[in-house]
Amino acid sequence: MIVAEQKPLEEIKELIADAERVLIVGCGTCVTVCFAGGAKEAAILGSTLRMATRLDGHGKAIDEVTVQRQCEWEYIDPLEARLDDYDLILSLGCGIGVQTLAERFPDKPVVPGLNTVFMGLPVEQGVWEERCQACGDCILGLTAGICPIARCSKQLLNGPCGGSQDGRCEVDESIPCAWQLIYERAKALGRLDKLLEIQPPKDWSKSRDGGPRRVVREDLRLTHRVAEVAGGER
Amino acid sequence: MMEDRSNGYKSGSNLERLIRAGHFVVTAELGPPKGWQREVIERKAKLLRGVVDAVNITDNQTAIVRMSSIAAGRILVELGLEPIIQMTCRDRNRLGIQSDLLGAAALGIRNVLCLTGDHQSFGNHPTAKNVHDLDSIQLVQMVARMRDEGIFQCGEAIKGGGPPFFIGAAANPFGDPFEFRPYRLAKKVAAGADFIQTQLVFDIPRFKEYMKRVVDMGLHEKVAILAGVGPLKSTGMARYMRDRVPGMRVADEYVERMKAAVAGIPKEDKAARREAWRAEGIRICVEQIHQLREIEGVAGIHIMAIEWEEAVPVIVKEAGLYPRPTVGEAVLKT
Repeated sequence: MIVAEQKPLEEIKELIADAERVLIVGCGTCVTVCFAGGAKEAAILGSTLRMATRLDGHGKAIDEVTVQRQCEWEYIDPLEARLDDYDLILSLGCGIGVQTLAERFPDKPVVPGLNTVFMGLPVEQGVWEERCQACGDCILGLTAGICPIARCSKQLLNGPCGGSQDGRCEVDESIPCAWQLIYERAKALGRLDKLLEIQPPKDWSKSRDGGPRRVVREDLRLTHRVAEVAGGER
Repeated sequence: MMEDRSNGYKSGSNLERLIRAGHFVVTAELGPPKGWQREVIERKAKLLRGVVDAVNITDNQTAIVRMSSIAAGRILVELGLEPIIQMTCRDRNRLGIQSDLLGAAALGIRNVLCLTGDHQSFGNHPTAKNVHDLDSIQLVQMVARMRDEGIFQCGEAIKGGGPPFFIGAAANPFGDPFEFRPYRLAKKVAAGADFIQTQLVFDIPRFKEYMKRVVDMGLHEKVAILAGVGPLKSTGMARYMRDRVPGMRVADEYVERMKAAVAGIPKEDKAARREAWRAEGIRICVEQIHQLREIEGVAGIHIMAIEWEEAVPVIVKEAGLYPRPTVGEAVLKT
C-alpha cells in the first residue's frame, strides 16, 4: 500500500491561506488504512482548521468528503457537482490522488494535505516500513525475497557495505540492514550461492531514471478493441 | 605506457611493481583540504614523500566536501609521489565515473580504489541526493573491463585503448554478517580487484580469523591484501571508534592502554596529555604492524592517520619499513 503522513498544521494553513471555502477530499483506500487521509482524518482536520482559522480571525468555510479511491476518474467525477461552492480542494489523498483531482478539475486549485512517503506495509500497529521502490525490474528472486533497492540505504546489489553491524544499517540504528536480512534468509533457505554471483549494473531506465513511466495493455484498451471490432466487420 | 604494459604490468604503477616483486608494501592516506589551497596538499605530500609507496587521496570522505581526489592526485604526481585516487559510487553515476577516470589516467594517475562511499547523512550535505548507480563491486568490474577489454560499461570501445589502472577495493573484516565477508572479498577479486585495503584493524584475533578464511579460499594469491592501521590520538577517539562507528571493532585493550598513557598527568596539562596519548597511539600502531606482518596473506599495510600525516614517517621508520624499496622505474612518466 501507499503510506502517507499528514503535513504539519501550519503548512496546511499556509497552503489554504488564500481560500475562503475549502473542500477537504479524503480517500478511502491506502491512506485510510494508514490513518492519514480517510474519512476520520478528514473530519478531524476539518474541525481543526475551522477552529484554527477562526482563532486566527479569518474563519473559513470548510467541508469534508471522502471518496473511495482518489486515483480513479469514476470515483472523483461525482465531486464536480459540488465544486462551485469551493475556492480550493485540500486533498488528503496520496500524490496520485492530488494529481488526479488537479487533472480532472482544471479550474480548481488543489493542494496536498499529506506527504506521500513510500510503498510499504504496517509491520505492527502504528509502524509502517518501506518495501518497494517500483524500480520496474524486480530482483526479489535473486535476493531471497528482500529488496535491497528499497531497503538498503545505498541500494547495493552485491552484498552489505562495511557499515553493517549487529544487523543494523550504519545510517540509523532503527533501520535493519537489508543485506543482513538477505544473507540470513538465503542461508536458511540453502540459497547462498545466489549471493556469490556478481550482479551486473542495474538497468535503471526501467526505473524513474528513464523518465515518467507508462504501462499500456493494448488488449485492455477500449479504443483498441473498438478498432479491432470495426476492423473485423470490414 | 605501452612499454610498461609490454612487460606484463597492468598499470606500471609503483604499487603494482612492488607488489609484483613481492615487497611488503606501505600506503598511507592523505585527506584533501576543505578548500582549494594547493599548499595543503604540498605540505602533507612532503611528509609522505619517500616514506610510503603510494598515497590514497580520499574522495569526499565521510561525505564531507573536499578538494577533488583526482585534482589532489595530480598535484601528487607533479610532486613525484604516487597517488591512489579513491572513487565512490555515492556522488557520480557511471557516466561521471568513467569520464573522471579517463581524465585521471590522462593526468598520470595509475591507481584507483573503488568504494561504495559513506552515506551522505554522515556528512555536511545530509539533504543531498545520493547516486549509487553502481555498487563498489560493479565499479571494480567496470574499471577492469575498461582497462582489459578497452570498453566502456555500455560495451562501446574506448578510443585509443583502455586506461592503465591498478585497481583497488576495500574490505571490512569487522562488518556483519562476518561469515559473508570473505565471500564479498571473493566477489571483489572475481570482479577484477588487484589490491585490497582493509578497514582499520583494532581487533587482531578477529582479523586473524578473517584472514584464515581468506587464505583457505586462496584469495591472498589472487589479490594483495593491505591491512589498515592508524594511530589513536586519545582515549576519547578509541572509545568513540569502539562504541559509535558502525562496522568498527576496537578491542578494550587499546582503550585501556590509551587511558593508562595519561594516568597521573593532570587534566589541565593538555599539552602533556596530548603528547602522551600520541606517543602511545604510535606505539600501538607499530606493534600492530609487527603483528599484522606475521599473518599469512597480509601483503602490506595501509596507514590511515586522519589529519595527522606527521605520524606516518614516524610509524614507518619505527616499524622498520624504511627506507622503501624501489623496482625499476618507480616514478611515473606523465
